[in-house]
Amino acid sequence: MAAETISVRVPARSAGHDLRAIKIVLHREMLRFVNDRTRMVSMLTQPVLWLFVMGTGLGSLVQGSIPGIDYRTFMFPGMISMTVIMTGMFSAGSIVWDREFGFLREMLVAPVSRGAIVVGKCLGGAIVATGQGVVILAMAGLVGVPYSPTLFLTLLAEMFLAAFTITAFGVMLAARMKNMQTFFGLMQMAIMPMMFLSGAMFPLANLPSWLHVLTVVNPMTYAVDPMRQAVFAHLDVPAQVNAVLNPGVTWFGQQVPVLLELGVVAALGAALLGVGIAQFRRAE
Amino acid sequence: MGENAAVAVRGLRKSYGKVDAVKGVDFEVRPGEVFGFLGPNGAGKTTTINMLCTLVNPTGGGATVAGHDVVRERDEVRRNIGLVFQDPTLDGYLSAEQNLRFHAELYGVPKSVVGDRIRQVMEMVALWDRKDAKVMTFSGGMKRRLEIARGLLHSPRVLFLDEPTVGLDPQTRSAIWGYINQLRLMEDITIFMTTHYMDEAEYCDRIAIIDHGEIVVIDSPEALKASVGEDRVQIQTADDTAAIEALRERFGLEAAVRDGAVTFAVPSGEEFVPRLFAELGMPIRSVSVSRPSLDDVFMSYTGSTIRDAEAGGDTMAWARAMARR
Repeated sequence: MAAETISVRVPARSAGHDLRAIKIVLHREMLRFVNDRTRMVSMLTQPVLWLFVMGTGLGSLVQGSIPGIDYRTFMFPGMISMTVIMTGMFSAGSIVWDREFGFLREMLVAPVSRGAIVVGKCLGGAIVATGQGVVILAMAGLVGVPYSPTLFLTLLAEMFLAAFTITAFGVMLAARMKNMQTFFGLMQMAIMPMMFLSGAMFPLANLPSWLHVLTVVNPMTYAVDPMRQAVFAHLDVPAQVNAVLNPGVTWFGQQVPVLLELGVVAALGAALLGVGIAQFRRAE
Repeated sequence: MGENAAVAVRGLRKSYGKVDAVKGVDFEVRPGEVFGFLGPNGAGKTTTINMLCTLVNPTGGGATVAGHDVVRERDEVRRNIGLVFQDPTLDGYLSAEQNLRFHAELYGVPKSVVGDRIRQVMEMVALWDRKDAKVMTFSGGMKRRLEIARGLLHSPRVLFLDEPTVGLDPQTRSAIWGYINQLRLMEDITIFMTTHYMDEAEYCDRIAIIDHGEIVVIDSPEALKASVGEDRVQIQTADDTAAIEALRERFGLEAAVRDGAVTFAVPSGEEFVPRLFAELGMPIRSVSVSRPSLDDVFMSYTGSTIRDAEAGGDTMAWARAMARR
C-alpha cells in the first residue's frame, strides 16, 4: 500500500476538459467495437449479400437495358451508404444499452457538459461506421470501380459525413429509449424506407411522381447521390446509361449540385446533434 | 446553515406526481464524518442521494454539497463528489483499468497523476492484480469494490454510497467496511451512505433514521441506543394475548407481539427474568433478553421493525422506480 496518498484536484470546467471527455467517449466507442467481432461481421453481411447476390441476380435481368456497365457497379455506392448507416445507427443504439446497464449514469453525473458526451458518441459512431465502410470500399475492384486515390478520398469524406449525421439521428432517437428492443424496432422502421427511397438499390430516374417526391424529401438520398456521382465520374459510361443510373437529384426541375447535397446532410447532422444534446440536457 | 458543513440540507422535498418520496428533510453532515441514512426500502434514501448528487432536481427546499448548491452549481458539486450507486454502473466489456481510465478522463484528472492514482485506488480495494480483466468476469463483490475505487479516483470531498453492501455476502460486506474505515484514515473525506442493515449503521458516526420520506431522528448510534434505554425482553408462551394481559396486570408493563414473540422493555432485564417466572402465573416456553440495538431504536422511533416497514413499503416502490431512471 502506498504510504503517500496521491491527491487529485479536479479542474474547473474548460474547453480542454470537454475535449478530453469527447476523446474518451470516442475512444471507448472504438474499444467496444474492436472487441466485438460478431458485430463487425454481422454489419457487413447485409450489404455484401445485397451487392453480390441481389446485385448479380438483378444485374442479369437488367443487363440489356444498361449496356457497358455492371449493375453491381451501380449498387456499390448505395451499399457503402447502407453499411455506414447501419453501423452508425447501431453505435447510437449503445446509448440505450448504456442506460439499461447503468453506465450512462456514470457519464451523466460527471462534471462535463452533456454536449461533450453526445458529440463524443456521434464522432465515435461516425468513425466506427466509416471504418466499416472502408471494408466495402476495399471491394471496389470486384464490381468494376477503379482504385483511384481521389475517388477514395472523396468517398471517405462523404461516408464520414453521412455516418455522423445518421449517428446523430440515432442518438436523438436513443435519448429517451429505455430498452434495446424498442430502439431496434424503431431503427428498422426508420431505416428500411429510407434505404429503399434513397437510390441505394434502384436508380431514381423515371419514377412515378409520388415516389419521386418521397425520394426528394428523404434525407438519405442526399447522402447516397454524392457518392454515386463521385463513382460515376471515374467510370467511362455512355451518356444515356449515365442518365438512367445516375440522374442526380432535382428540385423543381433543377439539378441539385453535389456541394449543396452535402450541405443538406451536414446541416441535418448539426440539427439532429443539437436536438440530441437538448434531449440529454432535459433528461435530468 | 453551517458554513463548513460537508452537506447541508434544508426543507428538501421531492414528489413524483401525487407521491411524496421525500417530504422535506433537514440535516447537516460534518466534514470528515461517516453519516448514515438508515431506513427501509422505499423510505426516500435513494431519492435524497439523487438530489444531493444533482441527478434529480428537488421539488422544493435546497441543499449544498461541499459548499455548492445542488441546483445552481451543479458542475461544482459534481467535481467534488464521488458516487457509488446501488446498481452497478460499470462497462463490462472494458477492463477494470479501462473503466477507471474512462472515469479519470471524464473528470479531467491531471494526466501526470492518472496512472499512479489508478494504481493506488485499485490496490486499496485489492484489485490491482486483476486490472486487465474484463469487468464482466467480476463477481458482484469485485464490481462493488471497483466502483468504490472509481468513486475515489478523483479525490472527492464527499463520497456517496447508496447501499454499498446490498446483495453481497457477509465476507465481502465486512471487507468493504474495512476499505471504508481505512479510507477515512488515508483521505480527507466525508462519507454519506444509505443502508437498511442495522449492523452496518453501527459503523457510522451519526445516523439519520428516515421513514416514509421524513427524518425521524438524527444522532450517534450510542446516543440513540441510550435514548431507548431499557433492555428488551421477549418471551414465548402458549397464549400471547393472555401473557400481554398478565404483564399489564401484574407488572404494569406494556407489551406487544414483535417478530412472533411477546416483547416488552424493562430497565434491567437480567434481574427482571426471575421475577417474571415467579409471578407471571402462566408457563413460559422461552425467554430472551437483549440490550438495546439499533433495531430497537428504529422500532422505538418509527413504531415498527425495519422488516415490517419494508413489507409495507410497496406504495413507495413505484416512486423509487421513477427516481432510479
